[in-house]
Amino acid sequence: MTWTSLNAGIALPEIFLLCATCALLLIDLFVSDARRGVTHALALVTLAITGVLLWCGYSPAPELAFSAMFVADPIATLAKGGMVLGVALVLIYGRSYAADRGIYKGELYSLTLFSLSGMMVMASAVNLLTLYVGLELLSLSLYALVALQRDSVNATESAMKYFVLGALASGMLLYGMSMIYGATGSLNVYEIGHRLLVGEGNRLLAVFGLVFIVTGIAFKLGAVPFHMWVPDVYHGAPTVITQLIGSAPKLAAFAFIIRLLAQALEGFAPDWRGMLIVLAVLSLAIGNLSAIAQSNIKRMFAYSTISHMGFLLLGILVANPVGYSASFFYAFTYVLTAAAGFGLVMLLARNGFEADQLDDYKGLARKHPWFGFMMLMVMFSMAGIPVFVGFFAKLAVLKAVVNLGMVWLAVFAVMMSLIGAFYYLRVVKLMYFDEPVNDITLSGGLGAKIVLSLNCLALLVMGLFPNYLLSMLNDAVVFSLPL
Amino acid sequence: MVTLEHYLVLAAILFAISVFGIFMNRKNLIVLLMAIELMLLAVNMNFIAFSQFLGDSAGQIFVFFILTVAAAESAIGLAILVVLFRNLRSINVEDLDHLKG
Amino acid sequence: MLQNYFPILMFLVVGVLVGVVPMLLGWGVGKVLGTVNPDPAKLSPYECGFEAFEDARMQFDVRYYLVAILFILFDLEVAFLVPWAVVLDEIGMFGFLSMMIFLAVLVVGFVYEWMKGALEWE
Repeated sequence: MTWTSLNAGIALPEIFLLCATCALLLIDLFVSDARRGVTHALALVTLAITGVLLWCGYSPAPELAFSAMFVADPIATLAKGGMVLGVALVLIYGRSYAADRGIYKGELYSLTLFSLSGMMVMASAVNLLTLYVGLELLSLSLYALVALQRDSVNATESAMKYFVLGALASGMLLYGMSMIYGATGSLNVYEIGHRLLVGEGNRLLAVFGLVFIVTGIAFKLGAVPFHMWVPDVYHGAPTVITQLIGSAPKLAAFAFIIRLLAQALEGFAPDWRGMLIVLAVLSLAIGNLSAIAQSNIKRMFAYSTISHMGFLLLGILVANPVGYSASFFYAFTYVLTAAAGFGLVMLLARNGFEADQLDDYKGLARKHPWFGFMMLMVMFSMAGIPVFVGFFAKLAVLKAVVNLGMVWLAVFAVMMSLIGAFYYLRVVKLMYFDEPVNDITLSGGLGAKIVLSLNCLALLVMGLFPNYLLSMLNDAVVFSLPL
Repeated sequence: MVTLEHYLVLAAILFAISVFGIFMNRKNLIVLLMAIELMLLAVNMNFIAFSQFLGDSAGQIFVFFILTVAAAESAIGLAILVVLFRNLRSINVEDLDHLKG
Repeated sequence: MLQNYFPILMFLVVGVLVGVVPMLLGWGVGKVLGTVNPDPAKLSPYECGFEAFEDARMQFDVRYYLVAILFILFDLEVAFLVPWAVVLDEIGMFGFLSMMIFLAVLVVGFVYEWMKGALEWE
């Protein structure tokens, strides 16, 4: 083993991010509360440099490093780009919200950046060990972030629930991984995939492992029937953290599923397809139906996330590159949509007022026509109304499902989306046709407002030109998966 | 003769006990943390057994990582427990009922 | 043919076991079988009589938890250090520097906790 054989250069974005985060952690100790803007700026600069390093390191062919524990392939690089963007949006939108709630501290930044390194390791990991370590780095940072608002009963309670169920999910996943290891005698994703495809290894053990791995993934994604933590965590966490949980980790989860199911357990595709059908059908149904009953917009977003994860699983269960790239597109656009949605919630929130009730949105469009219109675009995109990017994401997934011959599943998904459209459009109705009940004031700086507007407009622009991103992600999937 | 199956059954029993402990425990959050720890130890048992019987040391290295991560996990769990106790004055599982839809 | 669906069946069983059965058990079995006859000793978390959390005026101090947490975090790298030390001869400079990188990351955490005042008792 020598330094050159590590090939560590291809992990340069992660290495830089880790060093910069450690430096930020120490620098912040010497920054007074009044000058926290320094930490904020340094965090954004770190994200920008990480993004540039990712851009420069892009290579269409997969490259291995650290004794085949780490890979830089187009799926990983593009997913990481999306995560960096998602985390940057969290920091930009959340700044004044965090300042109002006493969580505008150095830990907000260092933990957020640590969670980003976890996500990036997850996306690039091709060994069960690195997959696990990345997942835990992400999860542990998120648990701590949820509890960051120490004096809030809701936040600490939801942190506890998130922690217990997250740890349970990790345990399930690990138990499955140990079975896969026992069945194949390897921890490497490619090696496991190869051995299972040629029929080596103990099939019964591998099936056991598969069941527990899918259960663990479903817990982490929040797919029904393993979704019980999602509404409470979305509701209880400070909105800035809800945005973090609800956006970038979905891309990491997508990459994680690709590594485990599409690469390691490729030989069991017919088996996990059946499990994912169950999860997707239940998530679509329960997510959309429960969202209608919510009066809290954060809980509504939570149930809507559950249904969106159902769509994500629909694309994956197709188990071919078309389906994977449709899911990738879905996850990518969902990150932007969710970020915009929570960004708008935080824009309306101010000191002592969370703006998390649906009634708080009554008359928004009359008092602030521009941001009312922005919210309308987010809602239309989530509902999947044509011209907005959410429509093309759903369309791509449904096309892949129909191509596989499962028309009933596509019809069911469309029906559930129609039910879903009801609660999204209800928000639009409240904003445009009802009298305001509270006085509505906007918080947040000019910069955050401009970025938020650009983010919402991007949903429209990407909807007008969906093919560019879609074909890029499709190429990424084709280049990354050995066929 | 102790075979691989014995270890796997032991690990499965430990795992089942811990899952049961997480879901059935209505009283004390510290017991929940212990159940989570037990779950990870059950997994460790699996990895060690496989590692021994396959003659491959990768499984044992995985166990080192699980142990360290488990320590970090219980540290965060305890920290959350302390802030929760300061807010609720209770660590009773049934008192976690402030979030309702 | 049907055995193709065995993994899915197993998945459903696990799903029901994890998602539904505990709820039913917790709700039903306790009501049917349980005799509710609590006394202070039964309700206490530890049989030895030690209270996990007490009134802040008692001698037990929440600061112990902080020390315990820090101890958990910083004692486990020994699990990496001992095997490393045993084979240090064979892994040479590469192994030595790898561990130094690991320890450097750990030192960052240590400096952080020191500066935050987590090591101060008062």
